Formats: sequence, structure tokens, C-alpha cells
Amino acid sequence: MAEKFDAIVVGAGPSGNTAAYTLAKAGLKVLQIERGEYPGSKNVQGAILYADALEKVIPDFRDDAPLERHVIEQRIWVLDDNSFVGTHYRSDDYNKPPYNRYTIIRAQFDKWFSSKVREAGALLICETTVEELLMDGDRCIGVRCDRKGGEVHADVVILADGVNSTLARKAGFHGELKAGNVALAVKEILFMPEEVIQQRFNINEEEGVVIEMMGTLTEGMVGTGFLYTNKDSLTIGVGCMLSDFKANPLKTTPYALLEKLKKHPSIAPLIEGGEMKEYCAHLIPEGGFHAVPKVYGEGWMIVGDSGGFVNAAHREGSNLAMTTGRLAAETVIAAKAAGKPMTARTLKAYKDSLDDSFVMKDLHKYRELPQVLHDSPHFFTTYPTLVSRAAKTFFTVDGVDKKTKQREILGSFRSARRWRGLVGDAFKLWRAFR
Amino acid sequence: MIAVNVEEKLFQNRYKVDHGRPHIQIKDADVCKNDCEAQSCTYVCPASCYKAEGNRAVTLITDGCLECGSCRVICTEHTNVAWEYPRGGHGILFKFG
Repeated sequence: MAEKFDAIVVGAGPSGNTAAYTLAKAGLKVLQIERGEYPGSKNVQGAILYADALEKVIPDFRDDAPLERHVIEQRIWVLDDNSFVGTHYRSDDYNKPPYNRYTIIRAQFDKWFSSKVREAGALLICETTVEELLMDGDRCIGVRCDRKGGEVHADVVILADGVNSTLARKAGFHGELKAGNVALAVKEILFMPEEVIQQRFNINEEEGVVIEMMGTLTEGMVGTGFLYTNKDSLTIGVGCMLSDFKANPLKTTPYALLEKLKKHPSIAPLIEGGEMKEYCAHLIPEGGFHAVPKVYGEGWMIVGDSGGFVNAAHREGSNLAMTTGRLAAETVIAAKAAGKPMTARTLKAYKDSLDDSFVMKDLHKYRELPQVLHDSPHFFTTYPTLVSRAAKTFFTVDGVDKKTKQREILGSFRSARRWRGLVGDAFKLWRAFR
Repeated sequence: MIAVNVEEKLFQNRYKVDHGRPHIQIKDADVCKNDCEAQSCTYVCPASCYKAEGNRAVTLITDGCLECGSCRVICTEHTNVAWEYPRGGHGILFKFG
């Protein structure tokens, strides 16, 4: 292929689609390369779509995007082996359009998004894996695909190839992922009739509920579980830091952990009768601020998961992906308009706009959280057990007076962690969230 | 821990297997057998692609691979996993994702 493009985008997930869409819309000649059979066929997410990031590129996406349910209630549950203590936040404000967030099915959503990208004028090639970046010294000048004569040139290559960015690694832009910076998540999709979902979760048509869970289910590993309502299916999953899976003395497999979650007495009734139709696994870049690699250079930029843009504390990812994709594209568009070459000097504007946006501000805010959680396994073992035992002691009526119960609860916390440990953990957590 | 049949789960998934061209390979079988104490790939892999054999050998069948990349990332001591994406269009094809 002798053809040369203004930009090549590798990958058709949220970040790649946003980048390609924005570039094509501005009239640039864009090639997008996707290794899956169709956009979305290689992509896995929880999956929650935050409207704001998409609205900034496609304001009227609600007209035809495949959305499952808008979320009106968020539950956060702390589980021990046979109970949960939880908060539920439900607001009718979330029930008024424009809705703030939705559950989605990525294979469908990405396919839809991709159709918008093609409408905007980008050329999409599927079933094609990019094997390596074409380099001229330290300048990226294109890509080589696994097709005959698969060398394509461009002024700039945007890597939206996901968490396992083999391209950036092979080109020496950054090293291998660290097991302590990624979470391994597994999930299943369980189908059941809409009415059953609506009854069980106390919602009407199109309304959705999200449950985030933490506790003893992860066996002391840093991780969380989740349960999301789709239109006529539920998504249930669990993810823990990969380093913790590796180090777990019980050698628990990810699928056994998921099975344990599904059998939990607080969860089992919610998913009962669901017909399992797919089992997925995915790495989530949760290293945060300190794990973000260099995201631009001579003729290249990195967006989305492949740049580690995930806010683990708030379970946000696709909105960071779309925002980084948009900011990268806007950088290229501005450079092009100014007649500047796509050098590192020019593309630094991308990093500047990232720093200026919620993306880096949020990652910076939680920069110490991964370490705090890593250092205090008590958040995933001792505390969930103590909290649920405290609730049980307090709510069980058995002739024991309340003051004695209160003393017993305080005593159980003190003997488990001592005051120093309790105050220390609370302080570290507060500082990480401040 | 609950016994789980992962093959049953994988059976629900759609794959286009690239026959005879596995996208992941163990570089040197002897390293797994002789040098790797933990063999963590055999319990961390969410598709159970890696199996610990009785004689301490580790075998790999990539047909059910979910392309998460965990095996490559955890094999830090020996970097004994050669990990590439499948050829275009091959591998797991998520229906829902």
C-alpha cells in the first residue's frame, strides 16, 4: 500500500473510536485498524458508559446508541462470607433525562460507535492485527499489519490497542506491565426476563441498578466484585490485582472466585435462574498516576487503556478512554491546521491538555491509593468481617443490653487491629482519598 | 474452595481458532519444569490454558484463551511466555464483551 494517511488509529474501542471519529470529522484522512472480526469483538468491560465523555463528541448519541438501562441506584456492599452491610443511593434525579450513566453491552456499543466513525469518513479495516510500528530512527512513520503488503504510512499513529499494548512495548516506548499495576477481572453475562430483573431490583423499564462489592470474597486480595443490570441480562464479575492472584497462598483461580461470589447468600437470589451466555476475562490498568507511561513522542500518541487511563477508585475507564482519544485527536487537528510537523514537541500539547483535564487531575488525586490498599490487606479481610459482625451484634435482639453490645463491638475492633492499626489505616485511607 | 468446570464456561464462548498456529507459546519447557517454583500460570489463567502435569511439566493449549495477557505479565522471573495477539480475525470473538 503506497497510500499515506494523516493519521492511523490502532484499535476500535472507546478511545480509538473517539480519536478516529474526531479526526475524520475534522476532515483528516484517517485509517483505523481493528484486529477483531468486528469492532467490539475483542473488547471487555463491566460495562458502564458515562454519558458526559461521549456527549462531548456525539451530543445526540442517545437517539440511536444501543444502551441497556440508565442507572438510578448505586449500591456499595461490604460482604463477609454470609452477609453484607451496604449503602444504597437512589435518586429520582437520575431518572430525568439527560441521563448520567448507562449500562451497555460493549460488543453492541462499539459496533454502533464504529458505524459513526465510518460515517464521519474514516477508513476501517477489521480482522487485521498490527504487528509492529514502522520506525525511522525514533520517529514513528506507520504500521506493519499481518496482511500481504501490509505496510501503511501516516504522519501520526495513535495507539488505542488496549491494556496489552504490545506495539508500544516492542517499539521501546515503555516496559512490560507490572502485575501490581493491573487487575485481572472475570465476568459472566446471565440472561433472564426483563420483568424478573425489574422485580428483583425494584426498578421500572429502562431503569438500572449497579452493585459494587468488597470484602472477604477476595480472600485478602485487593479487589472488588460487581453486579450490573442490563435490559434482559445481568453482568456479574470480580477482579483482583494480578500480583495478588499470583501470590495468593490458596492458589484460587479467578473462575472459582467468581463462582464463590455467585453462591454468596446475598447474591445468589438476585441471579437465580440466569442463563450464562458468555464468560470473559480482562486486565484493567489500575496502577493510576504513577503507572501512566510517556504518552506521546515523535509521530505517536497513546490513548485509553494502553496509556493506563483508568480511575480505579471510582471505577471509571471508558470515559477516560474517550476523553484521551478526543484530546489526542484535537492535538493532531490543531497541529495540522497550524502546519506543524507531528514531532514530540508538537504533540506535547496532548499531555498538557491531559494534565489540564479531569483525567490527570483525578489520577493525581488518588495517586497513593494503590499503595495504601496494597499495604493494608485488612480492608479486604479484617474490616468486612468486623463491620458485619458489629451489625449483627447490634441488630440481634437477645436480651443483652445495648451498652454491653457497644462495648463488645468496640472491643472486637480493638483486639483485631489495636487502636494504632485502626487509626493508622483510617488516616492512610483518608489521605489517599483526600 | 468450590470445584468449577471452566471448560463448561468456555463452551459458551465463540472462538475462531487458528489451527496449528497458537498465538502464545512457552519459550522453553525446561524452564517451567526445572526453574519455576510457583507455576502460577496454572492457577491464575482465567481460561485454564496452562496445566501442571504430574512430572512438573507445564503444558499450554491456547484454544480457550481469553486474550487477557495475565500469563505474560505474571511470568516475570523467567519471562518464558511468548505472547502475541492472534492473527487478524482469529481467537476469542466476544458476543457481548
